[in-house]
Amino acid sequence: MTADILLQVLVSGLLIGLIYALVAVGLTLIFGVMDIVNFAHGEFLMLGMYASFWAFALFAIDPVVALPFTALLLFAVGVIVYQTVIRRILKAPMLSQIFATFGLMILLRGLAQFFWKPDHRLIPHTLVSGNVVLGPVQFGLPQVVAALGAVGVTGALWFFLHRTRLGTALEATAIDREAATLMGIDGQKMFALAWGIGAACAGIAGGLIATFFPIFPEVGASFILIAFVVVVLGGFGSVTGAFLAGIIVGLIEVLGGFLIGPEYKTALVLSLLLIVLLVRPKGLLGKA
Amino acid sequence: MTNGHVTDWRKAAGAVALLAGAALLPLLISDPARLNFLVLILMAAQMGVAWNIVGGYAGQVSLGHAVFFGIGAYTSTMLAIGLGLTPWLGWLAGGAVAVLFALAMGWPCFRLKGHYFAMATIAVAEIVQILVTNSEFLEGAVGLYLPMDRSGPAAMVFLSKLPYYYIILGLLVVTVLVAWAIERSHIGYYFRAIKDEPEAARALGVSLTRYKLIALSVSAFLTAMGGSFYAQKEMFIDPGSVLATSISIKIALVAILGGVGTLLGPVLGAAILITIEEYSRTLFGSTGSGTDMIIYAAMIILVAVFSPSGVLGLLSDLRRHLPGGGAKPKKASKSAEIRP
Repeated sequence: MTADILLQVLVSGLLIGLIYALVAVGLTLIFGVMDIVNFAHGEFLMLGMYASFWAFALFAIDPVVALPFTALLLFAVGVIVYQTVIRRILKAPMLSQIFATFGLMILLRGLAQFFWKPDHRLIPHTLVSGNVVLGPVQFGLPQVVAALGAVGVTGALWFFLHRTRLGTALEATAIDREAATLMGIDGQKMFALAWGIGAACAGIAGGLIATFFPIFPEVGASFILIAFVVVVLGGFGSVTGAFLAGIIVGLIEVLGGFLIGPEYKTALVLSLLLIVLLVRPKGLLGKA
Repeated sequence: MTNGHVTDWRKAAGAVALLAGAALLPLLISDPARLNFLVLILMAAQMGVAWNIVGGYAGQVSLGHAVFFGIGAYTSTMLAIGLGLTPWLGWLAGGAVAVLFALAMGWPCFRLKGHYFAMATIAVAEIVQILVTNSEFLEGAVGLYLPMDRSGPAAMVFLSKLPYYYIILGLLVVTVLVAWAIERSHIGYYFRAIKDEPEAARALGVSLTRYKLIALSVSAFLTAMGGSFYAQKEMFIDPGSVLATSISIKIALVAILGGVGTLLGPVLGAAILITIEEYSRTLFGSTGSGTDMIIYAAMIILVAVFSPSGVLGLLSDLRRHLPGGGAKPKKASKSAEIRP
């Protein structure tokens, strides 16, 4: 009996952890390539959720079917944000860099509130609605699909970074921009690409989460904090690290919620951040 | 050098005139709603100046300052409820608790540089908000009422808005004086060195962590006093009103908008921010439309991209570009001061 409950808890933790990993890989990618933290990353996720919602509400397109469009849309948003704002603050003082993406966060939240109202919205039924029963454990199909999607996207990102020419160029820029430039890699293009891919990852995560989570303008706030913990735990800039750390954070959150009480689960995850900083500031797979 | 003296005198005279104007302003404005509007500006200004000490001078951007605001509000309120302690002592106690908290939080968080320090401060504030919301001792999400049976100066409870105006004006003056004293002392130079050239500062034997902790502690103390004042003015606090992330954001915005690392920039920022907030509320209807957020977020992005030194920096740039701009020598001595 208790073993069944524990198994159930572990599986739920794994599922949510994989989604956290997907939100965090985009954040860690952008940081790794250009040393800028995107405070508006949670808002990219929020935009992905709204894109799915409107695709469903206006055109009756299922969020799962809409995923490629959501990804493309957010890729465009990421590139536009880079070209209009980020490009101009690359050499600015750190304070300006923080305020620029921080201002972007508030701007996107405000715009969402203005156009789409602060109401919580739900997509009532999707292709993936329902439950999966597997022996003693039972879980929502949307969560399972979202977790599988997260694994797929993170895997594809890893493959892109390590096995393709363009991805290797991006990695090279992350490691040493000057040297990469000397090899004929266009740094500006790589930065724009990092923002596009980072935003697209958040957008896909949003599209997947929208199948089971309420959609509202400030929804990004809770995810960005957890994504930050994942990035720190995994090691700044490490995609593999973020993947592992996402799972760990998901497990700790669900296990802690089960053992201590659900109201403390976020506090527990955030305390993990402080512990990592004290014990191992470079994270699990961090380079420096 | 004599030029410097002249500008110093001019500055002092300007400050006295500004203060006298602020002290006399309530004579012109008797409408309680308008007076309340001024109180809101002064409160935001006080928090912004306090934030600026760590976020502006020392360059350690905190996006979790609500935690100090909340500590101040909760400490003085709990002491008033439990022991009947006067808030005049209660807000010193709140400041002391905030300093202890700042030291405990700064020690791990200052291992992080720049962006990541900012995010860690959000995390800390969030943890505290969750803990207080679930604390029976602090009445959790229900919130705390200050004792209603006492009023008068000793309990810092007044029927009129006027005393609150003068109290917060006084607190703002104290906060500005502290910031000014820091700006001129060797500590201020260390702060700027930590902000601009941390490696060089370390090489010269400046203990980065120690001075960052000093900056955070002073800022925390003053922010907590602002929190105690808020509790006295509203007579009711709950996690949503004194510990919310939105408060942290607002505190930072005030300073960013006005001018990071400038003495009176946050005061200007507060006037702009609160005015936008109030007007967008009356223009576009009730809260929740998001228009105030859109306007000030757009301003922040513009400031970050085009004028990192805020509206105040923008103004002095403008003055320099005007023919015969009188601010030229002042500006030159100022920038020389910042980057020797």
